[in-house]
Amino acid sequence: MKTRLERREHRSGLLFVAPLIAVLILVAGWPLARTLYFSLTDAYLDDSANHVLVGFSNFVEVAGDPVWWRAVRNTLIFTTISVAIETVLGLAIALLVHQAIPGRGLVRAAILVPWAMPVVVSTKIWEWMLNDQFGVVNRAIVGLGFADHGVAWTANGSLLLGVVIFIDVWMTTPFMVLLILAGLQILPEEIFEAAEVDGIPWWKRLWSITLPLLAPTIGVAVLFRVLDALRMFDLAYVLAGANVNAMTMSIYARDRLINNQELGVGSAASTMVFLLIAFVAIFIVGALRLDRSGATER
Amino acid sequence: MSTRIKRRSGAYYRAMRRVRQIALGCVTALLLFYVLFPYYWAIVSSTKQGAQLYESVLLPALDFRHYKELFRDANFATSIFNSLCVAISTTALSLGLGTLAAYALGRLNFPERRSLLLTVLMISIFPQVVVLSGMFELIRWFGLYNRVWSLVFAYLIFTLPFTTWVLTSFIREFPRELEEAAIMDGCSHWRILTSILLPLMGPALVSTGLLAFILAWNEFLFALTFTLTEGSRTVPVAIGLLAGNSRYEYPFGPIMAASVTVTLPLIALVLFFQRKIVAGLTAGAVKG
Repeated sequence: MKTRLERREHRSGLLFVAPLIAVLILVAGWPLARTLYFSLTDAYLDDSANHVLVGFSNFVEVAGDPVWWRAVRNTLIFTTISVAIETVLGLAIALLVHQAIPGRGLVRAAILVPWAMPVVVSTKIWEWMLNDQFGVVNRAIVGLGFADHGVAWTANGSLLLGVVIFIDVWMTTPFMVLLILAGLQILPEEIFEAAEVDGIPWWKRLWSITLPLLAPTIGVAVLFRVLDALRMFDLAYVLAGANVNAMTMSIYARDRLINNQELGVGSAASTMVFLLIAFVAIFIVGALRLDRSGATER
Repeated sequence: MSTRIKRRSGAYYRAMRRVRQIALGCVTALLLFYVLFPYYWAIVSSTKQGAQLYESVLLPALDFRHYKELFRDANFATSIFNSLCVAISTTALSLGLGTLAAYALGRLNFPERRSLLLTVLMISIFPQVVVLSGMFELIRWFGLYNRVWSLVFAYLIFTLPFTTWVLTSFIREFPRELEEAAIMDGCSHWRILTSILLPLMGPALVSTGLLAFILAWNEFLFALTFTLTEGSRTVPVAIGLLAGNSRYEYPFGPIMAASVTVTLPLIALVLFFQRKIVAGLTAGAVKG
C-alpha cells in the first residue's frame, strides 16, 4: 500500500525530472535513433529525405574498407598507450604533490593549466614546438648534441600517432592527477604512519598499502579516460586532418558523413563506433564491478 | 657483532633529509617546466615577428603587433563573442535543468530514479560522432544550421548529463535534517528546493558551472560540423582553421597570439577558482 505522501513524492519526482528527460530525448535519444535508422539507408546528406532501406550493406561496406580498420587500429593503440602512460605518470605526480614539497600550492595550480586549455590550442602550440625546422624541441635536440639534425615529428607518418599520444599525455595527465590526489586525500593517515614506524620501506608501502586502497579511484579514472580516448576527434584532426596515420574512428565516421556526404555509410560507421565503445564500457565496468549507482545506494 | 643494529648519528639523518628535499625540489621543478613551458613558449612566440620567430630565443621579444592585428580582425572578435554566447547559454540552461533533476535524483524516492541515473551516466559517455547525423538533420529542420544557437542545442547532450550527475552528488552531501522540518510542515518540494537548498548550493553551482563552461568553450567537433561561415564560428574552430597561404607560410605568430588570448581567461578562471574546480571534478567521480 502506498501512502499519500509516497504518491506525492513520486509525482513530484517525475515532475522535477521531466524537463531533463524531455531535453535528453530531444538531443540524445532522437538523434541516436535517426543515426541508427540512416545506417540502414542509402541516404546522402544533401538530400536526406530521398532514400531507400538497403539493409546492412553500409556495414558491409565499412567492414570491407581497410581505412576503417586502420582507424580502429590507431584508436586502440592510442587509447591503450596513452591511458597507460597517463595512469602511471598521474599516479607518480599525485604521490609527489601529496608530499610536503616546496611550492606545493603552485604545483597544484600549475597542473590545471594544460587541462583547462582548449584541445585545439594545445595541439597548435605543440605543433609549433615540434615543427621540423623551427620548432624549439628540435632546436634543443640539436643544440644539446643528441642528433645532427631535427626529427620530422609531424611530417613523418610513422611518428604521427606517437606525437598524438605524446600531446594527449601532456593534456590529460592533470585530470588523472586530480582524481588520484582526491583519492589519496581520503585515505586514513594512520595506516601510513604505522607502516612507517614499523620500518617498512617506501616501495613496499606503496605496493601493499597505497595502491590497493587507491584501486577503486584509479579504476574510475581509467574508465573515464578510456571511454574518452576511444571517441577522440579534435587532437588528431587538428594535427593531421584525415591523414590515415593518425585517423581515429570518429574522424573516419565524420569524414564519410560530412566530407563525402554519405549519410548512410557515415551513420553505419558511427553506429560501429558506438557499439565498440559500449562493448568496452560494459567490459571495464564488469571487470571493476563498479556499479556506481549501486555503490552509492549502500 | 653483525647482529647489532647499526646506529647512525643525527648528522646522517639530517644529511639524508637534505638530499631528499633537494631531490624532491628537482623533480618538482622538472614537473613545473613540463606543465608550463608550452604556454610560456606560446607567449614568447606570439611577441616575435618574422625571422625572430625562427631563432628560438627563449625570451619574449615584446612586440605586440600580432595582438593588435588580432583585435582589429572582425572575424576573431565575432568568434570570441560567439563562443561566449554559446558557453554562457549552455551553462545557464544545463545548471537550471540539472538542478531541478538533481533535487529529485538526490532527494526524492521514486522507482524510476536508479534507471534514470544510469541513463544520464550512459549519455555522458556517448561518443559525439554517434549523434552527428541525427543531430545534423534535426538542426536543419529547426533552421539552425550555421547559426551559433545550434551549438547551444547540441552541447546540451554532454553538459546536461554532466551537471545533473555532479549536482546530484553535491545535493546528497547536504544533511537531510535541513528539509525534515519543512516536510513536516507540509512544504512543497518546489519551496524546499528554492528556499532551503538553493541558497546553500552557491559553491556547488559555481564548481559545476565553471566545468560546464569550460567543456562548452573548448568543444570542437560539433562546432566544426554545424557552422560553415566565419561569422558563426566559435574560437576553437577559428583557431583550428587558421592557416597560411601555403605550407611554408604557416602563420605561427598570429596563431600563438590567438591561442594565448583565448586561453588567458580560462587560466585566470581556473587559478582563481582552483579549489572549486577540483571539488566539482572529483564530486562526480570519487564521491559519486
